Amino acid sequence: MTATPTARAQEPAIHVQGLEKSYKKLEVLRGVDFDVARGSIFALLGSNGAGKTTVVNILSTLLKADAGTASVNGLDVATQAAGVRESISLTGQFAAVDEILSGRENLVLVARLRHLKDPGTIADHLLDRFALSDAAARRVATYSGGMRRRLDIAMSLIGNPQVIFLDEPTAGLDPQARIEVWQAVRELAEQGTTVLLTTQYLDEAEQLADRIAILHGGRIIVDGTLTELKQLLPPAKVEYVEKQPTLEDVFLTIVGDGGKNGDAGKGRGAGTDE
Amino acid sequence: MTKHFFGDTAVLTGRSLRHITRSLDTIITTAIMPIALLLLFVYVLGGAINVEAHSYVSYLLPGILLITIASGISYTAFRLFLDLQSGIFERFQSMPIARSSVLWAHVLTSLVANLISLVVVVLVALLMGFRSGAGVLAWLAVAGILILFTLALTWIAVVAGLSAKSTDGVSAFSYPFVFLPFISSAFVPTHTMPGPVRAFADYQPVTSIVNTIRDLFTQQPVGTDIWTALAWCVGILIVACILARGIYRRRIA
Repeated sequence: MTATPTARAQEPAIHVQGLEKSYKKLEVLRGVDFDVARGSIFALLGSNGAGKTTVVNILSTLLKADAGTASVNGLDVATQAAGVRESISLTGQFAAVDEILSGRENLVLVARLRHLKDPGTIADHLLDRFALSDAAARRVATYSGGMRRRLDIAMSLIGNPQVIFLDEPTAGLDPQARIEVWQAVRELAEQGTTVLLTTQYLDEAEQLADRIAILHGGRIIVDGTLTELKQLLPPAKVEYVEKQPTLEDVFLTIVGDGGKNGDAGKGRGAGTDE
Repeated sequence: MTKHFFGDTAVLTGRSLRHITRSLDTIITTAIMPIALLLLFVYVLGGAINVEAHSYVSYLLPGILLITIASGISYTAFRLFLDLQSGIFERFQSMPIARSSVLWAHVLTSLVANLISLVVVVLVALLMGFRSGAGVLAWLAVAGILILFTLALTWIAVVAGLSAKSTDGVSAFSYPFVFLPFISSAFVPTHTMPGPVRAFADYQPVTSIVNTIRDLFTQQPVGTDIWTALAWCVGILIVACILARGIYRRRIA
């Protein structure tokens, strides 16, 4: 905590080194290292069970690592957990909202737990920003998946945390809701918030992230910008590939021809109508 | 304990209390089984039960109150389990709040919900002819014992809520506690029971608690039962508290 403001601004928002975690005999993380620059969007990519949520839970002080160090906003997650919790916000894998309360009550609840002044105004402002004003007084149980996710993210923004963790923010959302979430994430980064998001959708990382890391086999196997990642593969080249007919082509050819010339449409004459 | 413990606990308790006021069915279903038992035993079976009391409903009420608490705490475990399942528990834990206030909010909510159910059951008993000449102090003593018993069972419910794997399991844990008053002095005097059953009934916690409350209601001297009752409640409370803390720590390790 002795770092000067300039030193603080230069150090990464998230610093992870040699992180290890096992659940009984199952080794999930075997030495994870990465840094996330301030104000950037960092995507942690991996298949189901790769340990993305484990990383997020360790960084948000919900889990203790077996080995290695991790710091958020210059604070160690193990020894300065309370300070870390002041600087972060977690949006978990499932929209963690209170279904029995209304949308507005959910926001007021979080604002009060963050000990902020005037929770009502904060709630109204966020309802407006996330286009939830019309549904503000309705119980969250009646919300659609996309609305829940928006409320969930709105709840995470209360108190302007410097670092936000989004664990699979678009899992289970329809394409429209997905675009809305992406837009919200981009706005966050524009305001200088550091975002670490996990995803198993490659296009999501491609759309949003300044930097992408792939978590596989308990380690970060690749870490770089999209352009850097693309350079890992051989450059694009032009190839001539013989195009085999698909079943669809076969089907359409046979049915189409039969309708015109054969006896398939005989007696009805309907074959050519389409 | 951080400086925000009381404020955070108050905010979170307000939240869970809203869950109760918005689904009053939990209060009603908590009270309905004890009331049904009260009706059954007073109007159907009670005529054949011979107790040294002027009315069977007055004899029965203390045990019924304990059954009310035992069925009420299953909702405490259920609410806690739902919070864990929905991820909102993790959200709270990742926020700059006093962490233990998340559990304390559930405990206080359980206390309030159970007290409301108890009042409902006592009112029904009054309608059925329950009368007590107990003074304010005796009533306060009854309330104190019931609160202590609720707290003890609530911490057991916290253990169940934290360690449950399914919604079925989380509500099933309270069955033994609902059943315990049947093998005690709650329904019939224990001296009518055969040897081994009587031995169990005499030395299990419910009997001493029931006897104490009954003595308070009937303005009898409470004797040593009250100390046995208090020892049981405090003992269960401490053990359940330690267990709950252990499980809670393990969950976030």
